[in-house]
Amino acid sequence: MTTPARRGGRAAGEAGRLAALLLSPTFIVLGLVVGYPLVAALRESLYRSGQTVDADGFVVQGDQFVGVDNYTGMFSGPAAARFWNAFGNTTFFTVTTVAAEVVIGVAMALVMHQALRWRGLVRASILVPWAIPTAVSAILWQWIFQADGVANALIGNQILWTTEGWHAKFAVMIADVWKTAPFVGLLVLAGLQVIPRDVYEAARVDGASPARQFWSITLPLVRPVLVVAVLFRVLDSLRMFDLPFVLIGNRKESVETLTMLAWDEASNLRFGPAAAYATILFVYIAVVAFVFVKLLGADVIGEARDRGRQARERRPKPLPQAEVVPA
Amino acid sequence: MAQRTTLRLTALASAVLLVTACGSGGSGGSGGTTGGGGGAAPALEGRGEITLATGKDTSNNMQKLSDEWNAAHPNEKVRLVELPDSADGQRQQMIQNAQVKSDAYTVLNMDVVWTAEFAANRWVVELPRDQFDLNNFLKPAVATAEYRDKLYAVPVYSDGGLLYYRKDLLEKAGVQPPKTWDELTSACQKVKALPEAASIGCYGGQFDKYEGLTVNFDESVNSAGGSIVDGSGKPTVDTPQAKAGLDKLVNGFASGQIPQKAITFKEEDGRRAFQAGELLFMRQWPYQWALASKTDGSSQVAGKFDVAPLPGNGSGPGVSSLGGHNFAISAFAKNKATALDFIKFFTSEAAERSNLLATSQAPTRTNLYDDAELNKQFPYLKTLKESILSAKPRPKAVRYGDVTSAIQEAAYAALTKNKDSATALKELQAKLQDLLK
Repeated sequence: MTTPARRGGRAAGEAGRLAALLLSPTFIVLGLVVGYPLVAALRESLYRSGQTVDADGFVVQGDQFVGVDNYTGMFSGPAAARFWNAFGNTTFFTVTTVAAEVVIGVAMALVMHQALRWRGLVRASILVPWAIPTAVSAILWQWIFQADGVANALIGNQILWTTEGWHAKFAVMIADVWKTAPFVGLLVLAGLQVIPRDVYEAARVDGASPARQFWSITLPLVRPVLVVAVLFRVLDSLRMFDLPFVLIGNRKESVETLTMLAWDEASNLRFGPAAAYATILFVYIAVVAFVFVKLLGADVIGEARDRGRQARERRPKPLPQAEVVPA
Repeated sequence: MAQRTTLRLTALASAVLLVTACGSGGSGGSGGTTGGGGGAAPALEGRGEITLATGKDTSNNMQKLSDEWNAAHPNEKVRLVELPDSADGQRQQMIQNAQVKSDAYTVLNMDVVWTAEFAANRWVVELPRDQFDLNNFLKPAVATAEYRDKLYAVPVYSDGGLLYYRKDLLEKAGVQPPKTWDELTSACQKVKALPEAASIGCYGGQFDKYEGLTVNFDESVNSAGGSIVDGSGKPTVDTPQAKAGLDKLVNGFASGQIPQKAITFKEEDGRRAFQAGELLFMRQWPYQWALASKTDGSSQVAGKFDVAPLPGNGSGPGVSSLGGHNFAISAFAKNKATALDFIKFFTSEAAERSNLLATSQAPTRTNLYDDAELNKQFPYLKTLKESILSAKPRPKAVRYGDVTSAIQEAAYAALTKNKDSATALKELQAKLQDLLK
């Protein structure tokens, strides 16, 4: 705002106003579908309803304001063990599956990148698991993991995968990695394709081994894309619901995640506690996302912002389009 | 500059939000003036178009019956509203509908265990008992439609557990179908002595951690002379009888009488195992009869099995849990008088007969079970009648979801050896006392 001439400023202001006008439907929709539910859930989490029955056997109607009771009930008292178990499961699944997905996804990307013939076919076939709805893939894996299913036939041993225990966690992890590693693979492949070939040629001339090339060239250059992919996967994993729910079942401690807990509370008509669980999960996810963006520099829209800044430095007139993109 | 615009936009967006929020709140309030009263059964008024909210109409017979009704009542037509496939999904939709006090659903096709919850929340209205010939209905089925001695629904479909057994193997071993658990055990030993049945599993049921486990646990406890709740609705699971019932299953798993993998069985997994000839005895619903009798190669046991009442634990006969569906009228619906007539039509003898023929779902009228023609087509009807007449409903609880979860938790822990049965039952008693206060 320091140097531009008055006319330029006014023009930019008008353009900005026009842009805001054009974008306002989006903001309204976002407010309706994101903002309102958030606020409503927050409000709901401070109330409790329908927990007492009167002398005639009817449920006493009306919401009762209970302040933060729904939250304190989560961390102490009889429900605390269940909450911490679900919290632990959620975190455990996120860490293990995302780690496995990154390794397998990068490997997939390298294979797809090298494949010269049938590249389209390879890419399409790797994407199939990602295209299958989670609930459907959970049913597929249920067949694989049932008592006389393929998994037991392969290992020649009868493991009851869907019963409580580590095997249930393991079954969920396998199914989740199968489904989502291709997603990481595809994003990383896109990252690989923008690395210029001549960097590798130079490395080869200098006598760098393929391993050295991978660690010193491929990985650093693909890192921005990889971090974004990991961020997406982490946020997704923290909300894991359908896979353990369909594959293993409701109320099985070994695989109960925070979303399953919130769902169970809601389906038993305890909307207050359910909203409280959902809010805690929301905060947890927000913190993780914040840490990612700040510490690892996952910058989903950064490139656009940089481009905007460069353009402004080059030219005195600010580009309204560039201003709008980050919003 | 851009910032100020954004600010203004946010203000605009929140204003719009406020308006829509008020709007929805207002319409919700005005729709909710038709709540059912607490005292005597309120008169059901209003005639006109109604809806029937139900799970999937797989046989198309509901549509057929509705078409019949519509032809006779051109001004009071009924429309089917099909809800999700799973019982949980149906319940959720009905509850959501009740919570916004919508009149979209008139007649609700409810699972027998939902009655207490829906009645206590005033989501369904009390029905005039004198308008139905309930004496001609199966008593236990009628009991599932009552809450605190008032009628809130009318039974349409019933269901009871049967003991499926391999007729061919029992005959070969020269034993009679068992009446008690001890007889079942010895019969199985004799059959296993046959060379072709050395590796057969003795008994199967539904033991995965879901509603089926509650059904099987309740049956075991009731068959052993125990009960889940007493006449006044107080829990009674910390008793020697209840322990004997649970121990029957626990020991069955421990001794291998029940195959290990049965802990993962829901209805369909068990059915596959029975049809593959892996089980000698199995506790299952009537629906298995038609599927296991198929001669298209999907069943190895077609023509080789029969049914008996569930075995008792001790000297008496076994006690089944009750399944089935009842029709109720939503408290927020219009045209309740039409709905009442429609329920009468749907539970008439002719309608129930056509339902049985089309869907093989068990009827709720007693005399249909003695009908010679129907018995020819459904040879299990006589046994099923016995099963249902001596059946006990699952506990009637306003918070049934919590009650069944507690039962599943306890039974599953005992069956998987995480807790001994005495501890599991003691903890269950404490939880149920809290839930059924």
